[in-house]
Amino acid sequence: MSGVIGTSVKRREDAALLIGKGKYCDDFTLPNMTHAVIVRSPYGHARINSVLTTEAAEHPGVIAVFTGRDVVNSDIGGVVPTGWLLPGIKTPEHPILATDTVRYAGDGVAVVVAEDRYIARDAAELVEVDYEPLDAVTDVLAAVADGAPQLFEEAPGNISFDWDLGDAEATAAAFDRAAHTVEVDLRNNRLIPHAVEPRGCLASFDDTSGELTLYVTTQNPHLHRLLMSLASLNLPEHKMRIIAPEVGGGFGSKIHHYPDEAIASFCSMQIGRPVKWIATRSETNLTDAHGRDHASHAEIALDAQGKILGLRVKTHAAMGAYLSTFAPAVPTYLYGTLLSGQYDIPAIHVQTLGVFTNTSPVDAYRGAGRPEATFVVERLIDMAADATGLSVVEIRRRNFVSKDDFPYQTAVALAYDSGNYDGAMDRALELSGYEALRAEQKRRREAGDTKLMGIGISSFIEACGLAPSQVVGALGAQAGLYESGKVRVHPTGSVTVYTGSSAHGQGHETTFAQVVADRLSIDVDQVEVVHGDTGEVPFGMGTYGSRSAAVGGSAISTALDKVIAKSRKIAAHMLEASEDDVVFEDNAFHVRGVPSKSQGWGDVVLAAYLAHNLPEGLEPGLEETSFYNPENFTYPFGTHICVVEIDSETGAVELQRYVAVDDVGNVINPMIVDGQVHGGLAQGIGQALWEHAVYSDDGQLLSGTLLDYAVPRAHNLPFFETDRTVTPCPHNPLGVKGVGEAGSIASPATVTNAVVDALSPYGVKHMDMPLTPEKIWRAIHRNGG
Amino acid sequence: MFPANFEYFRAASVEEAVALLHRHKDAKVLAGGHSLLPIMKLRLAEPAALIDIGHIHILKGISHHRNGIRIGALTTHATIARSEVLQRECSLLSDAAAHIGDPQVRNKGTIGGNIAHADPASDLPAVLLALGARIQMAGPAGDRTVAASDFFTDLLETELREDEVLTAVDVPAIAESAGASYLKFEHPASGYAICGAAAVVDMDGGSCRSASLAFNGVTAIPHHAVAVGDALAGSDISDEAIAAAIEANLRIEEPLGDIQASGEYRVELAKVYGRRALQQARDRARS
Repeated sequence: MSGVIGTSVKRREDAALLIGKGKYCDDFTLPNMTHAVIVRSPYGHARINSVLTTEAAEHPGVIAVFTGRDVVNSDIGGVVPTGWLLPGIKTPEHPILATDTVRYAGDGVAVVVAEDRYIARDAAELVEVDYEPLDAVTDVLAAVADGAPQLFEEAPGNISFDWDLGDAEATAAAFDRAAHTVEVDLRNNRLIPHAVEPRGCLASFDDTSGELTLYVTTQNPHLHRLLMSLASLNLPEHKMRIIAPEVGGGFGSKIHHYPDEAIASFCSMQIGRPVKWIATRSETNLTDAHGRDHASHAEIALDAQGKILGLRVKTHAAMGAYLSTFAPAVPTYLYGTLLSGQYDIPAIHVQTLGVFTNTSPVDAYRGAGRPEATFVVERLIDMAADATGLSVVEIRRRNFVSKDDFPYQTAVALAYDSGNYDGAMDRALELSGYEALRAEQKRRREAGDTKLMGIGISSFIEACGLAPSQVVGALGAQAGLYESGKVRVHPTGSVTVYTGSSAHGQGHETTFAQVVADRLSIDVDQVEVVHGDTGEVPFGMGTYGSRSAAVGGSAISTALDKVIAKSRKIAAHMLEASEDDVVFEDNAFHVRGVPSKSQGWGDVVLAAYLAHNLPEGLEPGLEETSFYNPENFTYPFGTHICVVEIDSETGAVELQRYVAVDDVGNVINPMIVDGQVHGGLAQGIGQALWEHAVYSDDGQLLSGTLLDYAVPRAHNLPFFETDRTVTPCPHNPLGVKGVGEAGSIASPATVTNAVVDALSPYGVKHMDMPLTPEKIWRAIHRNGG
Repeated sequence: MFPANFEYFRAASVEEAVALLHRHKDAKVLAGGHSLLPIMKLRLAEPAALIDIGHIHILKGISHHRNGIRIGALTTHATIARSEVLQRECSLLSDAAAHIGDPQVRNKGTIGGNIAHADPASDLPAVLLALGARIQMAGPAGDRTVAASDFFTDLLETELREDEVLTAVDVPAIAESAGASYLKFEHPASGYAICGAAAVVDMDGGSCRSASLAFNGVTAIPHHAVAVGDALAGSDISDEAIAAAIEANLRIEEPLGDIQASGEYRVELAKVYGRRALQQARDRARS
């Protein structure tokens, strides 16, 4: 029904999931199914002298054991590709099973296929791999130091790419004439995504038809099909069906094509039986593409009034042992382009080096480049406030792009389409009671309170709604980033929508139904949304980069335009009126100015299918497909403010309040948008306070289990105070911008700024995440606490 | 959960469990399973046999005993946390049990399994030391008992012999004139103690009759800071006296360290948490 956009329709997805009836990869069982366990390197870096499989193969219940050599000797492609190329990039081959060298703890060397998982696990321990350990390097800066162990001959110095953006000369000139400059060396901590459902797949190859059906934990089944067809399997696309059943979260980690689904498919093709592979939680931590892991040197130049003149950043970004699917794009086009933040900065230069390390590959993780950029910019702004003597609010206000200056061309390639940065900050200041908070802080400091109060602010921007295909193509993407939407109206008027977006927790089945119901003035329950199956859905690019509402939703909207246009033709014919005089309103077609003449939606739809009396030349049926290619990114923004209290004796941080004001444009379902903000905040706060993937120097993942790696729990977090301003996106039909990542982009900087603010009486200017109690305790005690 | 193969035996009595342990080398006792099963799942432990004592009902429950209160080895953390007897007479133990893990863990995990596993970061060992608890064991040669202070011998190692079953824990009732406190600085991931401090303070009017302070999480075996307690006995146990007693007498050798918290930091936490636990115990004794 019209007006359903903007209302909190309850998620239709939840009932089945809450009672345990959702079907995830591991819930599927096929006749004759077998189970695979992948034998993985325990070393961070080693030469493989030999792999002996005899004992494992003879273990009762084992069907087959394959090694990297078996893959090489087969006719499949056997490598996983990189989907984004940069000028001069080194793209060493990433075999699905290693043959001569392993480059991270977790690199696959063999696979055991058995009648059940217990047998497969037991037999995996019988595969004898003779490793010759090599020196490893896991730290991104250590990897580029002289004499560092080298991962690939073709990538000297472990450098995959050396990329830059912006005007180096103009930036240098800005620094030359600056009244104030501030610089900082900072790290953005490596994270493990931790989707609740571990990765997994079920591959079934039919050797009579030559068809492969693959159930896999993916955010983008068509992308998986494309990459597997082109590189890892060499099967034709029309012989592959990829199904994403219920997918239990991804946060980016299920975008990428991993070796594992190719290995399971290869096994099925070899043995002619279905093969299931499901990662254990530890295996997921070891092999999921990790996030972040940057080391940056960042500088900002300001004039005497605190107006920013220039920004200069050099970043070493860990790529891990191999280039994952979108890895090269994350620390470049999703990072460097965001370094203008919400600010009018005349000159910016950024250089990013992509660096191989003996760790799990690094790729997109919720926010993907934008949290890293926001962290750099928002830390520098706070430090610049300190240097110029301006308040953290005033320095932001002085440098915001004014709301009258849109569209605004940044110095780093993006054209911001719309914004009202003062508006969001004003609302956040008001909602938090900012002035009163500062007064309380002053009072408590003067009273010598041993509980240190800190207030943090972060004004962030992101570019999402990925992405205009021509633009990303010019920047190195090996795919377009449009989206498909197909609207099938059934003869009795209900609707099935097929979307190339691939939900894995976002609630598309509800929000997309709202979009359709609103446009056709039908009940939400009359709309079914189908996604995640290449056998059913037109070619689509999937769900990541906060793109589904802005691009996938727009594709559905433009397909609806076509549906309405065709049905209007039919209605005009039935009403014996000119098409131009017929308007669609309240579930019926009306002749303008003649209230008595109208045709109900249902009658028009039925007429389309009966085809007894259609306009001349019009085909029967009512089903339309649209491929929506956005003309620009969308630019959500906002200001977040938080309050922390630090126990000065222990360094423990208590996050007491978190205020988030986001502008994500028009909102389809406020409850789902709030949920996305809450989840993003939890992850970003997790990064700030607890999460850290730590490797030993020799390549062991020290934070490999949930006993060591701290993901946030509900009881660690305050009750979030959220609000919105609404600046609709001017260039897509729904005026929506995307919200999936906003919370995780803003909050690391908000929390860090608050902790640094709390510690400022001790002379602390910067601190890297995670802000552990020990780190804070040391900072306090080093400085006379 | 894909552990290595093992044999499984369900013991109907303590005697049968002991006999099974005696007969099967490399066997492990299975109680609530919340320490053992996770490491079997990771194949960090691959026992040849599990002796399940979970059905020996005589090992469950809390009762008064000539030495105070007897807690059967199979009593769950949830039962201990909710026990009215313990809340009234030995609140230190029920409070600490409420800190363990999450509701699922507390509903399955047992006191016997917890201390037999002897994880240095677990909540109960320091509490048992501070209380002066005694551990009851049954073996082929009969029953024996050791003081909690003698029970923990090294990281994940105890006095318990391979063919013995831990049967009960005896704790004294805390005097009417005493107060107790357990404070924990939690590991953000595991919820285990980076530093847990357990204190019992008995007051005689305005002065301290006795004080007992113990820590877990800081060292490989729980640390009983006897000298701190001795220094406070007879004092006014003021904030200053507590701080001074800790400064002068808390000596922690070879602290544990990991990626979350170094040894140096844990020792610092022990000072802060030891002080706070003693203060809270004192205040509770006075109230």
